[in-house]
Amino acid sequence: MVRLVTHNLLACHAKDCNTNNFPLVFQNVQLEIREAEFNPGFIQSFLPKIEWNALVKTAQELGDTSLPIDQPEMIDDELLKNLHHVLFEIHIVEGAMICPNCKHNYPISDGIPNMLLAEHEIA
Amino acid sequence: MSRPELIAPPEIYYGDSEAKKYTQNTRNQQIQADMTYRALELLNLPPEEPAFLLDIGCGSGLSGEILDQEGYAWVGVDIAPSMLEVALEREVEGDLFLQDIGQGFGFRPGSFDGAISISVLQWLLNAETSHHTSSPPHRLHRFFTTLHSALRNPSRAVFQFYPSSDDQIQLITSTAQKAGFGGGIVVDYPNSKKAKKVFLCLFVGGGGGQQEIPKGLEGVEEEGSKVRFERRRDRERLRGKGGIRKKVKDKDWILKKKELYRRRGKEDVPRDSKYTGRKRKPVF
Ligand SMILES: C[S@@+](CC[C@H](N)C(=O)[O-])C[C@H]1O[C@@H](n2cnc3c(N)ncnc32)[C@H](O)[C@@H]1O
Ligand SMILES: [Zn+2]
Repeated sequence: MVRLVTHNLLACHAKDCNTNNFPLVFQNVQLEIREAEFNPGFIQSFLPKIEWNALVKTAQELGDTSLPIDQPEMIDDELLKNLHHVLFEIHIVEGAMICPNCKHNYPISDGIPNMLLAEHEIA
Repeated sequence: MSRPELIAPPEIYYGDSEAKKYTQNTRNQQIQADMTYRALELLNLPPEEPAFLLDIGCGSGLSGEILDQEGYAWVGVDIAPSMLEVALEREVEGDLFLQDIGQGFGFRPGSFDGAISISVLQWLLNAETSHHTSSPPHRLHRFFTTLHSALRNPSRAVFQFYPSSDDQIQLITSTAQKAGFGGGIVVDYPNSKKAKKVFLCLFVGGGGGQQEIPKGLEGVEEEGSKVRFERRRDRERLRGKGGIRKKVKDKDWILKKKELYRRRGKEDVPRDSKYTGRKRKPVF
């Protein structure tokens, strides 16, 4: 049940991996689309936390091109609907997330990413 | 009662059968629920605003289900795969991560509007291996520093936990302070052996004015009445809130959940009635 709302907040946390460690890149993913209740208030409040470029790039990699490349200043209904779908309705069920910097592989199984590090990777 | 954290590492202790037992025990459900409501109260989130929360050591989702009901979006992390599996079965709505909190978080700065943790922190006080990265001070340090940065400024993190000595409390609070947190310990019902509960209430930013350490609850100590007393406070809290956040789930949602539990052969699912999903009236 990784959704992009959470993926967009997640950087690699392996030892000494501090730059270019975001966003983690999905690999060999299996997706599931699940309808979620539309909550425009939440999306509005969440927008300031979003790294727009990472969100658009990741959505595209998962096959969703509904978001504009540049973050629009005006937030209209259509944008909110598209954001809702991208952030809350796309679930990554299987696959992995790869750190663009250190290449650590965080496997996803049953919708749950395994964030455990080996002892030598702990900061 | 012997302490689980002294018996085995968490991911072993909470194996398949213990995870089920833990989650199905109705008394345990009630206790965890009461403590979750109290933690939310101490979290003191701005009313009528949506919030994105972190549930630290979310386990099988007993605390998360209350976050769902209260209309919060959340992320849960836990080190025990069997507990997370039960959480999946119960279809909690938060995103779940298999993670050892003693290894620290990778969440970007300001990701969460608050964090709760119910009955978890005591697990960090036992060394897992002989490796130097696994001593309790190390693990606590990584945990608190990365948590501090993952939280929004200003915000709070509230932990209910079971310390076994004042030294443990001292180690935990001083490590949290070094990581940049303000705040301190809140003890509810300090004079009752049974009802006493310890909360660590941490603040990010806003060191001034309103970030005063909340007061513990006093008085009603005897267990049966304590539970009733707390429930009444919960209801008052619920009724007092309104606005953007959808608080209590509607009837359809509850019926759907019940149906789901029945299909899975869960016992003790209450019958549907004309009262299902109705706003409860205060008892007193
Ligand atoms: C008593 S249960 C509480 C679960 C849930 N918060 C509740 O209220 O029902 C304690 C949980 O802490 C988790 N835990 C213990 N040590 C942990 C660690 N280092 N990292 C993540 N989770 C941990 C255990 O796996 C277990 O699920
Ligand atoms: Zn990395």
